[in-house]
Amino acid sequence: MKELFAILIGAMLIENFVLSKFLGICPFLGVSQKTSTALGMSGAVVFVNTLASLVTYLVNDLLLKPNGLEYLQTIAFILVIAALVQFVEIVLKKLVPPLYKALGIYLPLITTNCAILGSALINVDPARDYSLLEAVFFGFSAALGFSMALVLFSGIRERLETSDIPESFKGMPIALIAASLVSVAFVGFAGLVI
Amino acid sequence: MDIIIPVAVISGLGLFFGIGLAYASKVFAVKTDEKMEKVKELLPGANCGACGYTGCDGLAEAIVKDGISPSKCPVNSKEGTNAIAEFLGIDEGEVSQMVARVICQGTWRNAGKKYEYQGIQDCHAANQLAGGMSQCFYGCIGLGSCQHACPFGAIEVINGLAKVNPDKCTGCGICVAQCPKGIIKLVPVLTGYTVLCANHEKGGIAKRNCKVSCIGCMKCQKVCPNDAIKVKEYLAEIDYTKCVNCGKCAEVCPQSCIHDAMHERLPYEPQDELTG
Repeated sequence: MKELFAILIGAMLIENFVLSKFLGICPFLGVSQKTSTALGMSGAVVFVNTLASLVTYLVNDLLLKPNGLEYLQTIAFILVIAALVQFVEIVLKKLVPPLYKALGIYLPLITTNCAILGSALINVDPARDYSLLEAVFFGFSAALGFSMALVLFSGIRERLETSDIPESFKGMPIALIAASLVSVAFVGFAGLVI
Repeated sequence: MDIIIPVAVISGLGLFFGIGLAYASKVFAVKTDEKMEKVKELLPGANCGACGYTGCDGLAEAIVKDGISPSKCPVNSKEGTNAIAEFLGIDEGEVSQMVARVICQGTWRNAGKKYEYQGIQDCHAANQLAGGMSQCFYGCIGLGSCQHACPFGAIEVINGLAKVNPDKCTGCGICVAQCPKGIIKLVPVLTGYTVLCANHEKGGIAKRNCKVSCIGCMKCQKVCPNDAIKVKEYLAEIDYTKCVNCGKCAEVCPQSCIHDAMHERLPYEPQDELTG
Protein backbone atom coordinates (compact mmCIF):
# COMPACT_ATOMS: atom_id res chain seq x y z
CA MET A 1 0.00 0.00 0.00
CA LYS A 2 2.82 2.33 0.94
CA GLU A 3 4.46 1.97 -2.47
CA LEU A 4 1.18 2.70 -4.21
CA PHE A 5 0.72 5.87 -2.16
CA ALA A 6 4.26 6.93 -3.05
CA ILE A 7 3.46 6.37 -6.72
CA LEU A 8 0.26 8.39 -6.45
CA ILE A 9 1.93 11.43 -4.85
CA GLY A 10 4.99 11.07 -7.05
CA ALA A 11 3.07 10.91 -10.32
CA MET A 12 0.54 13.58 -9.40
CA LEU A 13 2.69 16.22 -7.76
CA ILE A 14 6.43 15.62 -7.94
CA GLU A 15 6.62 14.54 -11.55
CA ASN A 16 3.40 16.06 -12.76
CA PHE A 17 3.26 15.29 -16.47
CA VAL A 18 2.32 18.74 -17.64
CA LEU A 19 4.03 20.98 -15.15
CA SER A 20 7.34 19.25 -14.50
CA LYS A 21 7.78 16.80 -17.37
CA PHE A 22 6.18 19.03 -20.03
CA LEU A 23 4.25 16.19 -21.60
CA GLY A 24 0.81 16.80 -23.11
CA ILE A 25 1.25 20.55 -23.48
CA CYS A 26 -0.99 20.59 -26.56
CA PRO A 27 -4.23 19.63 -24.80
CA PHE A 28 -3.08 21.59 -21.75
CA LEU A 29 -3.23 24.80 -23.77
CA GLY A 30 -5.77 23.63 -26.35
CA VAL A 31 -8.73 22.57 -24.26
CA SER A 32 -8.19 24.58 -21.09
CA GLN A 33 -10.35 27.52 -22.09
CA LYS A 34 -13.43 26.25 -20.32
CA THR A 35 -13.65 24.13 -17.20
CA SER A 36 -16.34 21.95 -18.78
CA THR A 37 -14.20 20.94 -21.78
CA ALA A 38 -11.21 20.49 -19.47
CA LEU A 39 -13.24 18.03 -17.41
CA GLY A 40 -14.27 16.09 -20.53
CA MET A 41 -10.67 15.85 -21.68
CA SER A 42 -9.53 14.84 -18.18
CA GLY A 43 -12.05 12.02 -18.04
CA ALA A 44 -10.89 10.70 -21.39
CA VAL A 45 -7.21 10.90 -20.41
CA VAL A 46 -7.72 9.07 -17.12
CA PHE A 47 -9.70 6.38 -18.89
CA VAL A 48 -7.31 5.86 -21.80
CA ASN A 49 -4.10 6.22 -19.83
CA THR A 50 -5.07 3.56 -17.30
CA LEU A 51 -6.06 1.15 -20.05
CA ALA A 52 -3.00 1.96 -22.15
CA SER A 53 -0.68 1.39 -19.19
CA LEU A 54 -2.14 -2.07 -18.72
CA VAL A 55 -1.90 -3.09 -22.37
CA THR A 56 1.49 -1.59 -23.15
CA TYR A 57 2.97 -3.19 -20.03
CA LEU A 58 1.70 -6.57 -21.17
CA VAL A 59 2.94 -6.06 -24.74
CA ASN A 60 6.35 -5.10 -23.42
CA ASP A 61 6.53 -7.94 -20.91
CA LEU A 62 5.22 -10.73 -23.10
CA LEU A 63 6.33 -9.71 -26.58
CA LEU A 64 9.20 -7.26 -26.63
CA LYS A 65 11.28 -8.28 -23.59
CA PRO A 66 11.54 -12.00 -24.36
CA ASN A 67 12.76 -11.20 -27.87
CA GLY A 68 15.17 -8.48 -26.72
CA LEU A 69 13.29 -5.86 -28.71
CA GLU A 70 13.07 -3.08 -26.10
CA TYR A 71 14.31 -0.57 -28.69
CA LEU A 72 11.02 -1.02 -30.55
CA GLN A 73 8.99 0.22 -27.57
CA THR A 74 8.14 3.63 -29.03
CA ILE A 75 6.77 2.43 -32.35
CA ALA A 76 5.07 -0.62 -30.86
CA PHE A 77 3.38 1.46 -28.17
CA ILE A 78 2.09 4.03 -30.64
CA LEU A 79 0.56 1.18 -32.62
CA VAL A 80 -0.93 -0.44 -29.55
CA ILE A 81 -2.37 2.76 -28.11
CA ALA A 82 -3.90 3.91 -31.39
CA ALA A 83 -5.52 0.54 -31.97
CA LEU A 84 -6.66 0.32 -28.36
CA VAL A 85 -8.36 3.71 -28.39
CA GLN A 86 -10.09 2.90 -31.66
CA PHE A 87 -11.26 -0.39 -30.22
CA VAL A 88 -12.48 1.18 -26.99
CA GLU A 89 -14.36 3.80 -28.99
CA ILE A 90 -16.15 1.16 -31.05
CA VAL A 91 -17.05 -0.87 -27.98
CA LEU A 92 -18.23 2.15 -25.98
CA LYS A 93 -20.38 3.36 -28.84
CA LYS A 94 -22.17 0.04 -28.85
CA LEU A 95 -22.34 -0.89 -25.19
CA VAL A 96 -22.13 2.36 -23.14
CA PRO A 97 -23.51 5.17 -25.33
CA PRO A 98 -23.80 7.68 -22.43
CA LEU A 99 -20.08 7.36 -21.64
CA TYR A 100 -19.29 7.56 -25.36
CA LYS A 101 -21.24 10.80 -25.59
CA ALA A 102 -19.64 12.23 -22.45
CA LEU A 103 -16.09 11.57 -23.69
CA GLY A 104 -17.10 12.67 -27.17
CA ILE A 105 -14.43 14.10 -29.40
CA TYR A 106 -11.74 13.88 -26.71
CA LEU A 107 -11.40 10.13 -26.94
CA PRO A 108 -9.98 9.95 -30.48
CA LEU A 109 -8.17 13.21 -29.88
CA ILE A 110 -5.77 11.73 -27.34
CA THR A 111 -4.90 8.65 -29.38
CA THR A 112 -1.49 9.99 -30.26
CA ASN A 113 -1.02 12.28 -27.30
CA CYS A 114 2.52 12.39 -25.95
CA ALA A 115 1.33 12.23 -22.34
CA ILE A 116 -0.17 8.79 -22.99
CA LEU A 117 2.90 7.56 -24.84
CA GLY A 118 5.19 9.13 -22.25
CA SER A 119 3.36 7.38 -19.45
CA ALA A 120 3.63 4.04 -21.26
CA LEU A 121 7.36 4.50 -21.84
CA ILE A 122 8.09 5.63 -18.29
CA ASN A 123 6.14 2.63 -17.02
CA VAL A 124 8.50 0.12 -18.65
CA ASP A 125 11.65 2.02 -17.70
CA PRO A 126 13.93 -0.71 -16.27
CA ALA A 127 15.15 1.70 -13.56
CA ARG A 128 11.65 1.81 -12.09
CA ASP A 129 11.02 -1.91 -12.23
CA TYR A 130 7.25 -1.62 -11.75
CA SER A 131 5.03 -4.62 -11.34
CA LEU A 132 1.86 -4.81 -13.43
CA LEU A 133 -0.31 -3.37 -10.63
CA GLU A 134 2.17 -0.58 -9.96
CA ALA A 135 2.41 0.25 -13.65
CA VAL A 136 -1.36 0.51 -14.05
CA PHE A 137 -1.59 2.58 -10.91
CA PHE A 138 1.19 4.86 -12.14
CA GLY A 139 -0.69 5.39 -15.40
CA PHE A 140 -3.85 6.20 -13.45
CA SER A 141 -2.07 8.60 -11.08
CA ALA A 142 -0.19 10.35 -13.86
CA ALA A 143 -3.48 10.92 -15.68
CA LEU A 144 -5.01 12.25 -12.45
CA GLY A 145 -2.09 14.66 -12.19
CA PHE A 146 -2.67 15.72 -15.78
CA SER A 147 -6.36 16.27 -15.05
CA MET A 148 -5.56 18.29 -11.96
CA ALA A 149 -3.20 20.55 -13.90
CA LEU A 150 -5.72 20.92 -16.72
CA VAL A 151 -8.67 21.79 -14.49
CA LEU A 152 -6.58 24.15 -12.33
CA PHE A 153 -5.34 25.92 -15.40
CA SER A 154 -8.75 26.17 -17.02
CA GLY A 155 -9.94 27.91 -13.86
CA ILE A 156 -7.09 30.39 -14.20
CA ARG A 157 -7.87 30.96 -17.86
CA GLU A 158 -11.52 31.62 -17.13
CA ARG A 159 -10.36 34.31 -14.75
CA LEU A 160 -7.97 35.68 -17.37
CA GLU A 161 -10.88 36.09 -19.79
CA THR A 162 -12.39 38.77 -17.59
CA SER A 163 -9.17 40.45 -16.47
CA ASP A 164 -7.80 43.70 -17.73
CA ILE A 165 -4.82 42.48 -19.76
CA PRO A 166 -2.58 44.68 -21.93
CA GLU A 167 -3.61 44.39 -25.58
CA SER A 168 -0.40 42.70 -26.76
CA PHE A 169 -0.64 39.99 -24.08
CA LYS A 170 -4.25 38.98 -24.72
CA GLY A 171 -4.92 35.34 -25.59
CA MET A 172 -2.05 32.90 -25.91
CA PRO A 173 0.82 35.06 -24.51
CA ILE A 174 -0.82 35.58 -21.12
CA ALA A 175 -1.83 31.90 -21.07
CA LEU A 176 1.78 30.85 -21.55
CA ILE A 177 2.96 33.25 -18.83
CA ALA A 178 0.31 31.90 -16.46
CA ALA A 179 1.31 28.32 -17.36
CA SER A 180 4.95 29.06 -16.56
CA LEU A 181 3.98 30.53 -13.18
CA VAL A 182 1.90 27.46 -12.33
CA SER A 183 4.84 25.32 -13.41
CA VAL A 184 7.24 27.26 -11.17
CA ALA A 185 4.83 26.71 -8.29
CA PHE A 186 5.01 22.96 -8.89
CA VAL A 187 8.81 23.02 -8.63
CA GLY A 188 8.12 23.35 -4.92
CA PHE A 189 7.00 19.72 -4.84
CA ALA A 190 10.39 18.56 -6.14
CA GLY A 191 11.76 18.63 -2.61
CA LEU A 192 9.06 16.29 -1.31
CA VAL A 193 10.58 13.04 0.01
CA ILE A 194 8.32 10.06 0.44
CA MET B 1 18.01 -13.13 -39.04
CA ASP B 2 18.37 -10.21 -36.62
CA ILE B 3 16.19 -8.02 -38.75
CA ILE B 4 13.44 -10.54 -39.39
CA ILE B 5 12.21 -10.89 -35.82
CA PRO B 6 11.59 -7.15 -35.17
CA VAL B 7 9.95 -6.74 -38.56
CA ALA B 8 7.80 -9.78 -37.93
CA VAL B 9 6.84 -8.57 -34.45
CA ILE B 10 5.79 -5.11 -35.56
CA SER B 11 3.99 -6.24 -38.70
CA GLY B 12 2.39 -9.03 -36.67
CA LEU B 13 1.14 -6.50 -34.15
CA GLY B 14 -0.15 -4.29 -36.94
CA LEU B 15 -1.89 -7.16 -38.66
CA PHE B 16 -3.36 -8.41 -35.41
CA PHE B 17 -4.77 -5.00 -34.50
CA GLY B 18 -5.94 -4.36 -38.04
CA ILE B 19 -7.91 -7.59 -38.19
CA GLY B 20 -9.08 -7.10 -34.61
CA LEU B 21 -10.43 -3.64 -35.36
CA ALA B 22 -12.07 -4.76 -38.59
CA TYR B 23 -13.74 -7.59 -36.72
CA ALA B 24 -14.76 -5.35 -33.82
CA SER B 25 -16.31 -2.79 -36.13
CA LYS B 26 -18.46 -5.58 -37.59
CA VAL B 27 -19.45 -7.12 -34.27
CA PHE B 28 -20.07 -3.83 -32.47
CA ALA B 29 -21.54 -1.98 -35.43
CA VAL B 30 -24.19 0.50 -34.34
CA LYS B 31 -27.07 0.76 -36.72
CA THR B 32 -27.60 4.37 -37.70
CA ASP B 33 -30.64 5.46 -39.58
CA GLU B 34 -29.67 6.28 -43.16
CA LYS B 35 -32.31 8.97 -43.23
CA MET B 36 -30.67 10.62 -40.23
CA GLU B 37 -27.28 10.66 -41.92
CA LYS B 38 -28.75 12.27 -45.00
CA VAL B 39 -30.66 14.90 -43.02
CA LYS B 40 -27.51 15.67 -41.07
CA GLU B 41 -25.68 16.29 -44.33
CA LEU B 42 -28.37 18.74 -45.42
CA LEU B 43 -28.20 20.69 -42.16
CA PRO B 44 -25.63 23.50 -41.97
CA GLY B 45 -23.35 21.62 -39.56
CA ALA B 46 -22.58 24.69 -37.47
CA ASN B 47 -23.62 22.86 -34.27
CA CYS B 48 -24.67 26.20 -32.81
CA GLY B 49 -27.54 24.78 -30.78
CA ALA B 50 -29.92 27.58 -31.76
CA CYS B 51 -32.61 25.02 -32.53
CA GLY B 52 -32.63 23.96 -28.89
CA TYR B 53 -31.18 20.52 -29.57
CA THR B 54 -27.65 19.34 -28.79
CA GLY B 55 -26.39 20.25 -32.23
CA CYS B 56 -27.04 19.27 -35.82
CA ASP B 57 -26.98 15.58 -34.83
CA GLY B 58 -29.64 16.14 -32.22
CA LEU B 59 -31.88 18.07 -34.58
CA ALA B 60 -31.45 15.48 -37.36
CA GLU B 61 -32.57 12.81 -34.93
CA ALA B 62 -35.57 14.88 -33.85
CA ILE B 63 -36.54 15.63 -37.46
CA VAL B 64 -36.47 11.99 -38.49
CA LYS B 65 -37.82 10.35 -35.33
CA ASP B 66 -40.18 12.87 -33.78
CA GLY B 67 -41.29 14.59 -36.95
CA ILE B 68 -40.00 18.03 -35.94
CA SER B 69 -40.20 20.52 -38.80
CA PRO B 70 -36.85 21.09 -40.55
CA SER B 71 -37.59 24.81 -40.38
CA LYS B 72 -36.69 24.51 -36.70
CA CYS B 73 -33.13 25.22 -37.83
CA PRO B 74 -32.92 29.00 -38.06
CA VAL B 75 -29.49 28.91 -39.71
CA ASN B 76 -30.31 26.82 -42.73
CA SER B 77 -31.15 28.62 -45.97
CA LYS B 78 -34.66 28.25 -47.38
CA GLU B 79 -33.33 26.00 -50.13
CA GLY B 80 -31.61 23.78 -47.58
CA THR B 81 -34.73 23.46 -45.47
CA ASN B 82 -36.81 22.72 -48.53
CA ALA B 83 -34.31 20.08 -49.58
CA ILE B 84 -34.75 18.30 -46.26
CA ALA B 85 -38.52 18.56 -46.46
CA GLU B 86 -38.44 17.23 -50.01
CA PHE B 87 -36.14 14.37 -49.01
CA LEU B 88 -38.47 13.33 -46.20
CA GLY B 89 -41.55 13.96 -48.34
CA ILE B 90 -43.20 16.29 -45.83
CA ASP B 91 -44.59 19.79 -45.96
CA GLU B 92 -41.91 22.08 -44.57
CA GLY B 93 -44.46 24.52 -43.24
CA GLU B 94 -44.01 28.25 -43.30
CA VAL B 95 -40.28 28.68 -43.50
CA SER B 96 -38.80 32.09 -43.16
CA GLN B 97 -35.27 33.25 -42.70
CA MET B 98 -34.76 35.29 -39.54
CA VAL B 99 -32.25 38.00 -38.77
CA ALA B 100 -31.20 39.67 -35.51
CA ARG B 101 -31.77 43.40 -35.05
CA VAL B 102 -30.53 45.64 -32.29
CA ILE B 103 -33.47 47.84 -31.32
CA CYS B 104 -31.35 50.80 -30.25
CA GLN B 105 -29.39 53.67 -31.74
CA GLY B 106 -27.73 54.73 -28.53
CA THR B 107 -24.12 55.28 -29.47
CA TRP B 108 -22.04 57.22 -26.97
CA ARG B 109 -22.67 60.36 -28.95
CA ASN B 110 -26.43 59.84 -28.92
CA ALA B 111 -26.95 58.54 -25.41
CA GLY B 112 -23.91 59.60 -23.40
CA LYS B 113 -22.58 58.02 -20.25
CA LYS B 114 -23.70 58.13 -16.64
CA TYR B 115 -20.24 57.15 -15.37
CA GLU B 116 -16.91 55.71 -16.46
CA TYR B 117 -17.02 51.92 -16.20
CA GLN B 118 -13.73 50.11 -15.68
CA GLY B 119 -14.85 46.69 -14.45
CA ILE B 120 -15.22 43.36 -16.22
CA GLN B 121 -15.75 43.99 -19.92
CA ASP B 122 -19.11 42.29 -20.09
CA CYS B 123 -22.62 43.71 -20.43
CA HIS B 124 -24.06 41.55 -17.64
CA ALA B 125 -21.45 42.80 -15.18
CA ALA B 126 -21.97 46.43 -16.16
CA ASN B 127 -25.73 45.94 -15.97
CA GLN B 128 -25.39 45.13 -12.27
CA LEU B 129 -24.05 48.60 -11.68
CA ALA B 130 -27.07 50.91 -11.94
CA GLY B 131 -28.12 49.28 -15.19
CA GLY B 132 -24.97 50.02 -17.13
CA MET B 133 -23.13 53.24 -17.89
CA SER B 134 -25.33 54.41 -20.74
CA GLN B 135 -27.56 57.37 -19.90
CA CYS B 136 -30.48 55.36 -21.20
CA PHE B 137 -31.53 52.55 -18.89
CA TYR B 138 -33.12 50.63 -21.77
CA GLY B 139 -30.35 51.05 -24.31
CA CYS B 140 -27.33 49.12 -25.49
CA ILE B 141 -24.52 48.89 -22.93
CA GLY B 142 -21.97 48.36 -25.67
CA LEU B 143 -19.52 45.98 -24.03
CA GLY B 144 -20.17 43.34 -26.65
CA SER B 145 -21.56 40.32 -24.80
CA CYS B 146 -23.52 39.62 -27.98
CA GLN B 147 -20.40 40.09 -30.10
CA HIS B 148 -18.50 37.48 -28.07
CA ALA B 149 -21.42 35.08 -28.13
CA CYS B 150 -22.00 35.28 -31.90
CA PRO B 151 -20.52 32.15 -33.51
CA PHE B 152 -20.60 33.75 -36.95
CA GLY B 153 -18.80 37.04 -36.24
CA ALA B 154 -21.84 38.97 -37.39
CA ILE B 155 -21.97 41.51 -34.56
CA GLU B 156 -19.62 44.40 -34.06
CA VAL B 157 -19.75 47.04 -31.34
CA ILE B 158 -19.12 50.47 -32.83
CA ASN B 159 -19.05 53.55 -30.62
CA GLY B 160 -20.79 51.72 -27.83
CA LEU B 161 -23.58 50.25 -29.93
CA ALA B 162 -23.87 46.68 -31.13
CA LYS B 163 -24.42 46.44 -34.87
CA VAL B 164 -25.54 43.31 -36.71
CA ASN B 165 -24.14 42.61 -40.13
CA PRO B 166 -27.19 41.17 -41.92
CA ASP B 167 -25.00 39.47 -44.52
CA LYS B 168 -23.31 37.35 -41.89
CA CYS B 169 -26.24 36.94 -39.49
CA THR B 170 -27.86 33.52 -39.71
CA GLY B 171 -30.68 34.26 -37.30
CA CYS B 172 -29.59 31.65 -34.77
CA GLY B 173 -30.77 33.81 -31.86
CA ILE B 174 -27.82 33.22 -29.55
CA CYS B 175 -27.25 36.97 -29.13
CA VAL B 176 -30.91 37.46 -28.21
CA ALA B 177 -30.45 35.30 -25.15
CA GLN B 178 -27.18 37.03 -24.25
CA CYS B 179 -28.35 40.63 -24.19
CA PRO B 180 -29.12 41.67 -20.58
CA LYS B 181 -31.28 44.54 -21.85
CA GLY B 182 -33.29 42.32 -24.19
CA ILE B 183 -32.94 44.78 -27.06
CA ILE B 184 -31.89 42.28 -29.72
CA LYS B 185 -34.90 40.93 -31.57
CA LEU B 186 -35.17 38.13 -34.05
CA VAL B 187 -37.31 39.32 -36.95
CA PRO B 188 -38.06 37.99 -40.44
CA VAL B 189 -35.51 39.29 -42.95
CA LEU B 190 -38.29 40.99 -44.88
CA THR B 191 -39.29 43.23 -41.98
CA GLY B 192 -38.79 46.80 -43.15
CA TYR B 193 -39.55 49.88 -41.06
CA THR B 194 -38.61 49.33 -37.44
CA VAL B 195 -38.75 51.47 -34.32
CA LEU B 196 -35.12 51.46 -33.24
CA CYS B 197 -35.71 52.34 -29.62
CA ALA B 198 -36.71 50.42 -26.51
CA ASN B 199 -37.11 53.34 -24.11
CA HIS B 200 -40.39 53.37 -22.18
CA GLU B 201 -39.74 56.61 -20.32
CA LYS B 202 -41.80 59.78 -20.78
CA GLY B 203 -40.84 62.02 -23.68
CA GLY B 204 -38.88 64.61 -21.75
CA ILE B 205 -36.78 62.14 -19.84
CA ALA B 206 -36.23 59.97 -22.88
CA LYS B 207 -35.12 62.98 -24.91
CA ARG B 208 -32.67 64.07 -22.24
CA ASN B 209 -31.12 60.61 -22.05
CA CYS B 210 -30.77 59.98 -25.75
CA LYS B 211 -30.91 62.17 -28.83
CA VAL B 212 -32.64 59.52 -30.95
CA SER B 213 -35.10 58.04 -28.46
CA CYS B 214 -38.80 57.50 -29.06
CA ILE B 215 -40.60 60.18 -27.07
CA GLY B 216 -44.08 58.84 -27.64
CA CYS B 217 -45.23 61.92 -29.59
CA MET B 218 -47.87 59.90 -31.53
CA LYS B 219 -47.00 61.52 -34.86
CA CYS B 220 -46.31 58.16 -36.46
CA GLN B 221 -49.52 56.71 -35.08
CA LYS B 222 -51.52 59.58 -36.58
CA VAL B 223 -49.87 59.46 -39.98
CA CYS B 224 -50.04 55.70 -40.45
CA PRO B 225 -52.68 54.93 -43.11
CA ASN B 226 -53.24 51.37 -41.90
CA ASP B 227 -53.38 51.80 -38.15
CA ALA B 228 -50.28 49.68 -37.86
CA ILE B 229 -48.47 51.82 -35.29
CA LYS B 230 -49.62 52.10 -31.69
CA VAL B 231 -47.81 54.03 -29.00
CA LYS B 232 -47.82 52.01 -25.80
CA GLU B 233 -46.17 53.31 -22.64
CA TYR B 234 -44.47 56.13 -24.53
CA LEU B 235 -42.96 53.80 -27.11
CA ALA B 236 -44.16 53.26 -30.68
CA GLU B 237 -44.80 49.68 -31.75
CA ILE B 238 -45.39 48.49 -35.29
CA ASP B 239 -47.86 45.71 -35.94
CA TYR B 240 -46.31 43.84 -38.86
CA THR B 241 -49.53 42.12 -39.81
CA LYS B 242 -50.85 45.55 -40.85
CA CYS B 243 -47.69 47.41 -41.88
CA VAL B 244 -47.31 47.91 -45.65
CA ASN B 245 -43.86 49.42 -45.41
CA CYS B 246 -44.93 52.83 -46.81
CA GLY B 247 -42.38 54.73 -44.72
CA LYS B 248 -44.63 57.65 -43.77
CA CYS B 249 -43.88 57.11 -40.09
CA ALA B 250 -40.16 57.45 -40.67
CA GLU B 251 -40.69 60.73 -42.49
CA VAL B 252 -42.58 62.37 -39.63
CA CYS B 253 -40.57 61.00 -36.72
CA PRO B 254 -38.95 64.06 -35.07
CA GLN B 255 -36.36 61.92 -33.30
CA SER B 256 -35.56 59.88 -36.43
CA CYS B 257 -35.82 56.63 -34.57
CA ILE B 258 -37.85 54.79 -37.22
CA HIS B 259 -35.77 53.34 -40.01
CA ASP B 260 -36.14 50.92 -42.86
CA ALA B 261 -33.80 48.40 -41.32
CA MET B 262 -34.01 46.09 -44.31
CA HIS B 263 -32.75 48.45 -47.01
CA GLU B 264 -31.11 51.36 -45.31
CA ARG B 265 -27.61 51.09 -43.94
CA LEU B 266 -28.31 52.69 -40.61
CA PRO B 267 -26.83 56.10 -39.84
CA TYR B 268 -24.00 54.97 -37.60
CA GLU B 269 -21.23 57.40 -36.87
CA PRO B 270 -17.74 56.61 -38.02
CA GLN B 271 -15.40 55.20 -35.39
CA ASP B 272 -13.74 58.14 -33.64
CA GLU B 273 -12.22 59.23 -30.35
CA LEU B 274 -15.58 58.93 -28.64
CA THR B 275 -15.14 55.16 -28.62
CA GLY B 276 -15.38 53.25 -25.38
